[in-house]
Amino acid sequence: MENFTPISALLGGLLIGGSATLLLWLNGRIAGISNIASGIFARKPGDLSWRLLFLGGLVAGAGAYYLLFGDMPLPRANFPAWLLGAAGLLVGFGTCMGSGCTSGHGVCGLGRMSLRSLVATAVFLVIGIITTYVVRHVFGVA
Amino acid sequence: MGKYLSMVVAGLIFGFGLALSGMTKASKVLGFLDVTGNWDPSLLCVLGGAVVVTAIAFRFVLRRPAPLLEEKFNLPTAKFIDRPLVIGAVIFGIGWGIGGYCPGPGIALLAAPSWETWVFIPAMLLGAFLHRTVMPARNDD
Repeated sequence: MENFTPISALLGGLLIGGSATLLLWLNGRIAGISNIASGIFARKPGDLSWRLLFLGGLVAGAGAYYLLFGDMPLPRANFPAWLLGAAGLLVGFGTCMGSGCTSGHGVCGLGRMSLRSLVATAVFLVIGIITTYVVRHVFGVA
Repeated sequence: MGKYLSMVVAGLIFGFGLALSGMTKASKVLGFLDVTGNWDPSLLCVLGGAVVVTAIAFRFVLRRPAPLLEEKFNLPTAKFIDRPLVIGAVIFGIGWGIGGYCPGPGIALLAAPSWETWVFIPAMLLGAFLHRTVMPARNDD
């Protein structure tokens, strides 16, 4: 467990929870990234700008962290591009079908004590663990 | 004006927290999901820290008649465990377990652009678009 970074993980989690609280308190919105992003395709009048502003802020916030601390994620050299593309398709489709992702169901839904979110979070955690096992240890892709 | 500023600020804090937590790195997320490997429980601290805040603060926020800058709360209305919820979570879990990116870290790839950015984000948006095209009748939470 030498990769375990409990302090930065906890601090980051507190900030994510704080951001979700701010968005609900000020704007009445759930900070679910999949819904905020996919709602762009709904093309409801007056509904686009806040989504782009939040997502733009998210990218800038991550960028600010990399600028300050230089701890930028590195791309994987040997991970197949087609497999990452397939992962993206499944994430986009699945989060829309299931009405949420780690932030919408995990962070916000659990905070609202939503039973739907509890079920969804348990399902994608367990399926994620099984999938990673199969990809890494059965097919040997990492 | 204020309501747009608050969106940007909330996004900034979210993105900064996500990067600080390590969860914008697929290796950290997959290090958690790979329970039989060199297990990294950091993701539990991120989720735990975030849920402690929302579980306490949402109670107070949702007691208010309305949010500060808008007329009403925009909350999910679905109540029941249905097939789309479970099947969608399964499909998402498979994609997450393969790539190590959920939507937040996926979007944050734009802050550290590489080949992964230009493969994952278009694919994720295409997946969301396909869902809208195939199942247009479903309500959004």
